[in-house]
Amino acid sequence: MTKFRHRGPAAVLACVAAVATVAACGGNDAGGSGGGGGGGDQVAVSLITKDSTNPFFVAMQEGARAEAEKDGVDLTIGAGKEDGDEQGQVQLIENAIAGGQKGIIITPNGPGVNSAIEKARDAGLYVIALDTPPDPADTVDITFATDNFKAGELIGQWTKGQLAGKPATIALLDLFNDKVVSVDYNRDQGFLTGMGIDTKDKQKNGDEAATGNYDGGTYTIVCNEPTGGAEDGGRTAMENCLTKNPGINVVYTINEPAATGAYNALKAAGSTGALIVSVDGGCDGVKEVTDGVIGATSQQYPLKMAELGVKAIADYAADGTEPTTSPGLDFYDTGVALVTDQPVDGVESITSADASKICWG
Amino acid sequence: MATTSAPTGAAQELAKRRQTPAQRVQHVLHSYPAVSPAVILVLAVVVFTALNPNFAQPNALSLLVQQTAVVAALAIGQTLIILTAGIDLSVGAITILATMLSATLASENGLPGILCLLVGVLVGVGAGALNGLLVTRVNLPPFIVTLGTLSIFTAIALLYSGGQSIQDDELPGLLNWTGEAIRPFGPGSFYITTGVLVVALLYVVVGFALSQSAWGRHVYAVGDDPEGSRLAGIQVKRVLLSVYAAAGLIYGITAWVLIGRAGAASPNAITDANLASITAVVIGGTSLFGGRGGVLGTLLGALIVQSFASGLSLAGVDDQFRVLAIGVLVIVAVSVDQWIRKVKA
Repeated sequence: MTKFRHRGPAAVLACVAAVATVAACGGNDAGGSGGGGGGGDQVAVSLITKDSTNPFFVAMQEGARAEAEKDGVDLTIGAGKEDGDEQGQVQLIENAIAGGQKGIIITPNGPGVNSAIEKARDAGLYVIALDTPPDPADTVDITFATDNFKAGELIGQWTKGQLAGKPATIALLDLFNDKVVSVDYNRDQGFLTGMGIDTKDKQKNGDEAATGNYDGGTYTIVCNEPTGGAEDGGRTAMENCLTKNPGINVVYTINEPAATGAYNALKAAGSTGALIVSVDGGCDGVKEVTDGVIGATSQQYPLKMAELGVKAIADYAADGTEPTTSPGLDFYDTGVALVTDQPVDGVESITSADASKICWG
Repeated sequence: MATTSAPTGAAQELAKRRQTPAQRVQHVLHSYPAVSPAVILVLAVVVFTALNPNFAQPNALSLLVQQTAVVAALAIGQTLIILTAGIDLSVGAITILATMLSATLASENGLPGILCLLVGVLVGVGAGALNGLLVTRVNLPPFIVTLGTLSIFTAIALLYSGGQSIQDDELPGLLNWTGEAIRPFGPGSFYITTGVLVVALLYVVVGFALSQSAWGRHVYAVGDDPEGSRLAGIQVKRVLLSVYAAAGLIYGITAWVLIGRAGAASPNAITDANLASITAVVIGGTSLFGGRGGVLGTLLGALIVQSFASGLSLAGVDDQFRVLAIGVLVIVAVSVDQWIRKVKA
């Protein structure tokens, strides 16, 4: 999917050898000018992602490129060095202001970029957040994102339907336990809410009662373990949970790589039949639904987020029309779909075959 | 060092008797750097078992070993380099580079598993040797060299793989063979993985080479006193180069263990490998100033770190206390090392 995947090692080495050109390797097809002055009357827009390697953000870049070409927008693509790199994003925002651009589309790496965003808006740029709303949400003009709480709620409802009243012994495999991230608690708490478990504070993982009743039966929460959102972290987390209680039959995972790791831990322990649920809807994850590794996953649409973002700024530049938030939310919901091959009554879902046609990554 | 003649032995015996208790402890610690981590590990196991008896279940202990395997393997390479008074910040980067190269060659280019594995291991050796060449030929400090190659190798790995994980169903069986479980007592019982056996074998081989071969003696000598070693006729640069290449070889093999462990080749795995490996080495009693320590201590150090993680998690204690405790252990370990050196002088 990314270009480099198919190039030989020699090409990569040659590219890296010219040390300063790593950025150029990433993709300097930013509408030709590479983000210069936004010359003429062409609308210039910057897309700034958290990093440039996560397939989720790579999908965003692809979506933005396609839309920019359609709308005749001069697109500059930039990214933080890694998830959490606020300083790198601040510089890219400042570049956009200095370049006289019309707008910025950003997946903010943290509150450290807020003041730079405010500077941009003061300078007349239209700023759209993608995927993660900043805190506070009105730091930007609007956010286009997945409703992560709903994404969690859908897999919770599905799990509840699958259990049909059986006791639930639950492992919660989260993203971090040393940082509070909205995606993390929204999915986790959404999942529990979907099961019908009282979560107490909706912005706090792990404060719910360890045992009690879900909507239909009794539950036990065995663990809240961090995975870092990667396979090895998912495996270690699941192993720790199984040591606490080998009878786990429901596994919530923050994302699909963590689900892969959890599955491998369960398989190695000889434990079969646990329901694994996740969120993301990347092509690898959807395939795992097909293969029966993951029972259900909530699919997000990063490509669409980026397309909508570029189009919104183009429209705003043309005649001042501004996008509006979805009813009842403080952001524009780009949609989420439950992907499963074992549908549950009353929970809307699509099959993995259909999801594989619209997956990303 | 050598006690060949009887009078010297007697004199040493006499000197021993005049030692204060502190000096005696110091003498033991000096002779056997693995003693203090061994004591800490035993204490940790006792305490964590008291907090939650599940900790000492055979199944939990076997998981502890599996969870330690990858960092313990990387820490072998780190030990070799630290023994020469160097440091390696590119541990994780080389491993991920080898992981992503061999996995991508398999999934995208359809090369047979054995070839992909071989390429991964050779890339590890090559990357390690590059570090070694920059240290010995360009005379750059190891810290700077590996700080640079950390970025370079990481970038190549990400560019080449597009930042994507490669799932195990796209990989030939050999590449994730290291994830297979061995159950000595039948299904449902405790198990280890073949990857753990690979790591154990690495420990035996490197431990043997360090303690029994001329090369091993040279590694210690170069780390202790490079100038003296040179005067004694040791080819210091060649030894250093061999150490960096050997470390790279170990990282290449660890990449294989990592694929089996994660069940996929992921560029986001082992993000904390550099610090984790250094931590294991330091807690294991190998001196950051070179020339003293060994892989047995490192193995114990890695096990200590993981038993704190698992033990505190089982006891329901906040994970930050593990981070705190490991920090204290690192400082204590280096203080002990300094104390040993001071009293000896």
